[in-house]
Amino acid sequence: MSWGNDWFSAGQDAGDDEEGMQVAASFRPVPGGAAAFFEQAQAGVIRSLVSQIAELVSADSTAADSGVDSGDLEAQLGLSSHARLPDDPVLARLLPDGYADDPAASAEFRRYTEETLRSGKIASAQTVLSSLPPGGGPVRLSEPECQQWLRALNDVRLALSVRLGITEDDQDMPERLPADDPRAAYVWVYQWLAYLQDSLIEALS
Amino acid sequence: MTGQDALLDAPWVTIVWNDPVNLMNYVTYVFQRVFGYAKPKAEKLMLDVHHKGKAVVSSGTREAMERDAETLHGYGLWATVSHDS
Repeated sequence: MSWGNDWFSAGQDAGDDEEGMQVAASFRPVPGGAAAFFEQAQAGVIRSLVSQIAELVSADSTAADSGVDSGDLEAQLGLSSHARLPDDPVLARLLPDGYADDPAASAEFRRYTEETLRSGKIASAQTVLSSLPPGGGPVRLSEPECQQWLRALNDVRLALSVRLGITEDDQDMPERLPADDPRAAYVWVYQWLAYLQDSLIEALS
Repeated sequence: MTGQDALLDAPWVTIVWNDPVNLMNYVTYVFQRVFGYAKPKAEKLMLDVHHKGKAVVSSGTREAMERDAETLHGYGLWATVSHDS
């Protein structure tokens, strides 16, 4: 696991550039929920990443594969036709096995839980997209919306961690990637989202 | 129910595994919210996961443990069900 604040303080200087993210948005508690102010660039980054998660999770779901009109009984019952851990490492992290060393039990677990898990992640992403204006601005979330934001931000961070190759606790990422690595920009985004998620947890506590 | 009885009736467990991404206060928050654990217990479990690589976070019937694992997957935690042998 990791500390949100430490990472952010390490990454703040690296992000102090022309990207327009000099002031990192964070949540504060308000009655009944939490509030934050997002610059347009910040809103754009979050909306883009959250949309990508929703697309990834819905792309090869059983429901998307067969559609409700196809007469596919499994899809109509909300069962997944998937029996194995997804090949895509990001999807594999978002939709993990339910048993560590029992493939048959994992397959059965996946059959009954994966579609629900996928639709939950899509719902969280949609809550973020509907509550965060594309142009940025003030955002005020109810307590249920805060829960959806927490999950959506966490899903984005899980996905970024796979793409960035983060495998160690509190890994010192800014020194790991050369400046010309196309993933370098996402290191700061990853750290900022940890800080943002941390502020949302504190606002709820 | 005494601890001994609970153990006999609860041969299945839910295990949460450490990962480098989930924030420590997020994991504590999820344990409080999902299991209704008081903050000190949730923090101790979080630190067990962090330092030992994994921790048993709940025990009960197989069906109940699968529900717990499914809920924890919804929060992005890496949880598995295991027979406590």
